[in-house]
Amino acid sequence: MTLEEIKGSLGGENDKFPVGMRVLAVDDDRTWLRILDELLRKCHYQVTTTNHAKTALKMLRENKNRFDLVISDVHMPDMDGFKLLELVGLEMDLPVIMLSGNGDPKLVMKGITHGACDYLVKPVRIEELSNIWQHVIRKKKFDSKNENNSNIQDKGNQGNGGGGQPSPDGPDQNRKVNRKRKEEEEEEQEEEEGEENGHENEDPATQKKPRVVWSIELHRKFVAAVNQLGIDKAVPKRILDMMNVEGLTRENVASHLQKYRLYLKRISSVATQQANMVAALGVKDSPYMRMSSLDGFGDFRSLAGPGRYSSSNISPYQTGGMLGRLNSSAGMNHRSLSSSALFQPNHAQNLTTTGKFQPVVWQSNQNASLFQGIPTSLGLGPFQPGGASGSPFTLHGNGQHVQDGGLFSTQPAFKVNSEPFNAGVTGSNENWHSTVELPNYSPNSLSLAGPFDHDRLPPNSMRSNNSAAGGHIQNSPLDFSSTNSISAPLEDSRGEIHFQAGSVGNVVRNTNQETAKRWDSNQIFSPFNSIVPANGVVGPLSQSMVQNNGFFQRKTDPALVSRSNSGPPTLVQHIGIEKSFIDTKIRSNEDYTSEQTKSPGSHVPCSYESLDDIMNAMIKREQEGSLDGDFGFGSYTFG
Amino acid sequence: MLHENICEKGFLDEQFVQLEELQDDDPNFVEEIATLFYRDSSRLISNIEQALEKSPLDFSKLDNYMHQLKGSTTSIGARRVKNECTQFTDYCNAGNGEGCKRTFQQLKKEHSTLKKKLEAYFQLARQIGPVETACRPK
Repeated sequence: MTLEEIKGSLGGENDKFPVGMRVLAVDDDRTWLRILDELLRKCHYQVTTTNHAKTALKMLRENKNRFDLVISDVHMPDMDGFKLLELVGLEMDLPVIMLSGNGDPKLVMKGITHGACDYLVKPVRIEELSNIWQHVIRKKKFDSKNENNSNIQDKGNQGNGGGGQPSPDGPDQNRKVNRKRKEEEEEEQEEEEGEENGHENEDPATQKKPRVVWSIELHRKFVAAVNQLGIDKAVPKRILDMMNVEGLTRENVASHLQKYRLYLKRISSVATQQANMVAALGVKDSPYMRMSSLDGFGDFRSLAGPGRYSSSNISPYQTGGMLGRLNSSAGMNHRSLSSSALFQPNHAQNLTTTGKFQPVVWQSNQNASLFQGIPTSLGLGPFQPGGASGSPFTLHGNGQHVQDGGLFSTQPAFKVNSEPFNAGVTGSNENWHSTVELPNYSPNSLSLAGPFDHDRLPPNSMRSNNSAAGGHIQNSPLDFSSTNSISAPLEDSRGEIHFQAGSVGNVVRNTNQETAKRWDSNQIFSPFNSIVPANGVVGPLSQSMVQNNGFFQRKTDPALVSRSNSGPPTLVQHIGIEKSFIDTKIRSNEDYTSEQTKSPGSHVPCSYESLDDIMNAMIKREQEGSLDGDFGFGSYTFG
Repeated sequence: MLHENICEKGFLDEQFVQLEELQDDDPNFVEEIATLFYRDSSRLISNIEQALEKSPLDFSKLDNYMHQLKGSTTSIGARRVKNECTQFTDYCNAGNGEGCKRTFQQLKKEHSTLKKKLEAYFQLARQIGPVETACRPK
């Protein structure tokens, strides 16, 4: 889609864009609000301000097409900025820029995982604001691209097949552009969607389509239809017919299907890796195991400090949406998420590898933000990744979001890792509404590098969970909170993914002393969880043990997952992965660079002498069946 | 000169300059911001004062207030006040109540000094008209 087309599809003053771009600024500090107002006006944007997050949400909900972009402060009394971020991403699929007086890398990371497309630190200068329009264009481009992908690909294919000379026109160029943006995803999409979407030749990008929100119900229907048809045979047209929903177009279904497939793919790849990992490591109760579960999020905390790992506390953390991950690692995954996926986040309760849990392999980038918003009640939230396994349906809006500089498709924080979430929300509405407080699904965090919403979760939950049944992931939202608690510490370390390569025994705890403490009490991690990262998740993680110390790669590379697939994740790396890392990873799985960074922070010495020990521990854990923790989904009621 | 005095002595930083630049479009902008700043910051300072009188000290609450206050100081570029905020936060994190109280006194002093300087500045500006900016000549 050309720039003109994009502009044309935007609300507001299309032809003069970015002039007249409609911005909603939210900040409880009135002084700053006034300054922002002035600065944005000076950039020729159309500005609306409010100092209450709730008011902002109301305005946004009243008319989804009223604004092009939202800028919000992080620290607000009536609602956490990250939560607003998630909600906006989920419900409205608008680009959101976070603003804060605090430039702490951990917070920045959190923003990323929650799907923010940018993070500005006060005092903010006018130069910084004059460029924010790029986020709007980028999002549009991705959205349209996603829809047009098949078209483009088809054309591109034809063009290329025709004689090796790529046509100089749009389709091919778009394709190239797309490729640059989402390398892996595009490839995947091409493979998957080529045939099916070939006939969708309308140019939806230029048409102004009302945003479709993939509610849990809707997603459930979708998944049911897909399962019925068979994942290979599920064509948008037939799915649409089966779903029998008024107002839903084939395009909506097609784009949702794309995302879903990606999700499934990711999950399966993660699962595979995890399985390998598990096998290799001989899972032990090591904290690593937990780690693998990057999924999650909070779980990571449990990961940290191998020493701390209290047995059997797979902790509710597992329940974190991330379950997907964890389960898979042990092979327990039910990866079978297969298609049926309805990812039932509810499983949180015992997501033990019952297939139910769909590895929320969130390609973290994407969903990070997605999940955050997901209310626990939602369970997985609208996003039901059918068959978690294999279909890393990262909520994240299809990787696209990920692509946005760290903006995980406004998806809720990592929590959502459970890919199973029906991130189907069109557009990058992967973000599950914040209503769904997806407790940081730690398990899912793996893939879902996304928004690891540690903060979101009520902190008490985690703790309590941890102390509670070991490994029992409480599905209640508390679980998430527990994950939160886990995550919380993780959060601290979030920014710093200290990965100690080669130091198997060292669980680098991101300088979170408290995490360590928490970890002890929280033993949430299920061994598999830790494994999970190792395999699939870790893959990317280990590879990209990106040091999240504050540097947040904006561009989440949805390929994170894919990366992990590349090459066997080193176990060692895995083990060394700190929870935080995992969190981070999950959150921004794409963002992680494949470098492994050592955490300069305090390292929690791992009590495990060797990798074997860890593996054994992990295996033991597995046997203990405390995997349920994987599905940390709190009481998510699905749909 | 008052203008030079304010910036050179470090009372205000670059942010203030930015605000002045925005004044091109809106003549009373800087004063408006200063007013908002003093309104919000005074309220926060009084909250902190009350909190400091309690025993035992609720550090997390104090930290929260201070975080808001600090954010506010960055809006106008009140550098010295901001530095005191940072110091206070450090003491707060360390659980050092005495340190907090000491720093807070200092903070209040800086806050009121800046207020006087700004008032004088605005008065002068009104008299001379928008000729010079406090920290950077136009």
